Amino acid sequence: MSGTAPPAGSTLAVETIGLRKSFGPLVAVDRLDLTIRRGEVFGLLGPNGSGKTTTIRMLCGLLTPTAGKAIVVGHDVAVDPEAVRTRIGYMSQRYGLYDDLTVEENLNFYAAIYGLHGRERADRLEAHMREIGITEFRSQLAGTLSGGWKQRLALACATAHEPEMLFLDEPTAGVDPAARRAFWNSIYQLAARGTTILVTTHYMDEAARCLRLAFLSRGHLIGLGTVKEILAQFNQPTIEDVFIELQRRDEGAAA
Amino acid sequence: MTVLERLRYARFWPMLWKEFIQMRRDRLTFLMMTGLPAIQLLLFGYAIQTDVRHLRTVVLDESRTAESRALVTVMANTGNFDVVGNVASREAIRIAIENGEANAALVIPPDYASDVMRGRTATAQMIVDAADPQSSAAAISGAQLAAQVRATQIVGERLSIAPPLDMRVRPWYNPAQRSAVFIVPGVIGILLTITMTLIAGIAVVRERERGTLEQLVVTPIGKTSLMLGKLIPFVVVGYVQMSVVMGLGKLIFDIPVRGSVLLLYALTVPFIVASLGVGLFISTFARSQAQAMQLAFFFMLPNILLSGYIFPRMAMPEPAQWIGLALPLTYYLKVLRGILLKGVGLGELWRPSASLIALALLFFVVSVRRFTKTID
Repeated sequence: MSGTAPPAGSTLAVETIGLRKSFGPLVAVDRLDLTIRRGEVFGLLGPNGSGKTTTIRMLCGLLTPTAGKAIVVGHDVAVDPEAVRTRIGYMSQRYGLYDDLTVEENLNFYAAIYGLHGRERADRLEAHMREIGITEFRSQLAGTLSGGWKQRLALACATAHEPEMLFLDEPTAGVDPAARRAFWNSIYQLAARGTTILVTTHYMDEAARCLRLAFLSRGHLIGLGTVKEILAQFNQPTIEDVFIELQRRDEGAAA
Repeated sequence: MTVLERLRYARFWPMLWKEFIQMRRDRLTFLMMTGLPAIQLLLFGYAIQTDVRHLRTVVLDESRTAESRALVTVMANTGNFDVVGNVASREAIRIAIENGEANAALVIPPDYASDVMRGRTATAQMIVDAADPQSSAAAISGAQLAAQVRATQIVGERLSIAPPLDMRVRPWYNPAQRSAVFIVPGVIGILLTITMTLIAGIAVVRERERGTLEQLVVTPIGKTSLMLGKLIPFVVVGYVQMSVVMGLGKLIFDIPVRGSVLLLYALTVPFIVASLGVGLFISTFARSQAQAMQLAFFFMLPNILLSGYIFPRMAMPEPAQWIGLALPLTYYLKVLRGILLKGVGLGELWRPSASLIALALLFFVVSVRRFTKTID
C-alpha cells in the first residue's frame, strides 16, 4: 500500500488552507497556509509555544483542526485519515520506542502494524538494520541503547514501511553532535529516494540544512522561503539572528 | 481478501504479540499475575474466618459439683468455647481477660447445684471481652445455646420425658460451615478485578506516558485493533488465573465445583468486559502509572467491602447496599457462588447475569468513548 504512486498531477506533499487550532481561549495555530513540495526537506522553525508541534500533530491526524483543511500526500486528513496514515511516518521527541522490547522486536512490531508480512518484512528489516548499522545490537533491549542509537532506531521504526512523507518533531533534541550528523545523513538518503520530510528543530545549523524554511510565531506563519530568502527578508546575517530577532519581536508583542 | 486472510493480517495480532512479550519481561506484572492468585487464595482462604469459634474461656467454678461440671461440658460442646483453665477468683478472671489469655469466663456461683436440686432457677454468669463485637456475638449465642440445652436436659431428667422440641439445622451448600468455602470463589472475582482494572489500566497508562500510544495512533492500526490487541492478553491472563484458583481451591480447601464450569467461563465475559472498562476509564484520568495504581486501589476498596465478598450485604446500611448495586463484582459473586457452591444454572442466575451484562455494556461504552476522545 505504501508503495503506490501518488495521485496523478499532484506535486504537493502537504497543503494547508486556513488551518487553525484553538484549545479553549488559546489559539495555538491560526490561518496557516502552507505548501510543501514532494521530495523537499522542509524545516519548521519557531520559539517554544509557537505552534510547531500543534501543526505537525494536525498534519499527522493526531489533532483535529478547529477550522481549515490539511491535505497530506493527496488526501484530506480529516476525511481519509486511514489513507494518510499508511503513507506517512512520524517520529516524536519521545521516539515512541518500547524500552522493554529488543531492537529487532521494535522494528518487527512497527513493520507489522504497517501491514508488512512474511518474507517481505523479514528481508526489509534485515536491510534496514544493516543500513543504520544496528544489526549487532538486534537482541538488545531498546531501553539500554544510548540516545543516539535510540534515535536511529526510532527513525528506522518510523520508516520501516517506506512512507512517502516523514514528520520529524525535534528529532535531534538531546543527542550528541556525531549522532546528529549521522542522523542528517540518513535524512538526506531518504530525501534522495523521494521521501518528503518535514522537520522541526531548535538547532540553527540544522535549519540551514533544509531546502525551505517556515517560521512560526505565536501560531502565525511569519516567514517562508529558502535560507537565502529568509535571510534577505529579515535582513539578518544568519538564521540564528533571524530566530533571536523573531523571539525579541514576539516577546515585545506579548508584553 | 477472504475473511480468513483478513483475520490473519488483522493489525491487532502484532499488538497481541507485543503485549505478551512485555508481560513476560515486566517482572512486577509477571509476579502480580502468577504470585497474586496463590497469595490471595492462601491469605483469604485461611485468614478470613468470619465465624468466630473456640473462644478461649476460663472457668471459675465455686460450686464444684457434678452439676456444675455438666454445665461446663455442655458449654464446651457448643464449639464456641475452649476451656483453657480454671481460676480461683474474680480478680484472676479480670487478669486473664486483660492480658489476653482468655476472651470469656464462666462463673458458676457456690449455690448453683443446690438451686438446681431444689427446683429454683439457678444462675451462672458469662463474662465476655466484647471489644470485638464478632467474638462477643459468638460468646453470647454460645452461652444462650448452652443454657437452653442444659435446661432442657435438667427438665427431661426430672420429669423423665423426651424433649418436646428438637430443631435440626441443616446447613446446605457448606455443611461444615467453613469460611473458605464462602470466600475462595470470591477470590476469583477479586483477582479478575485486580488484573483487569489495575494491571490493564497501568499498561495503557504506560503507553501514554512513554509516548508510544501517540506513535500507535499515527499508524494505520485503528482504534478497535489497538484496544483489542491491548486488552485481549489480559483476558487470557484472567482466565488462567481463574482456572488456577479453582484448581488450587479444590486441592487445598476442597471447594466444590457443582455447576457448569462452561457457564461460569461464559458469564465471566461480561464481568471481564466491565472491569476492563473501569481500567480503561482509569487510564484516561491517570497522568502516571502511580496515579493509575492509586485510582485502581480506590476502586478496589468498595469492591472488597461492599460487594458481599467478605461481609454480607444484608447486614449493611441501605446506602452501602446501593453502592454495592453499582459494582459488577456484586453480581459476579452471586454467579460464582451460585455455580460453584449451589450448582445452579442460568435459569436461577438470570437476574445477576442480566445486571452484569447491562453494567458491562454501560462501563465499556462510556470508557471506550472517553478513551478514543483522549487519543484524538
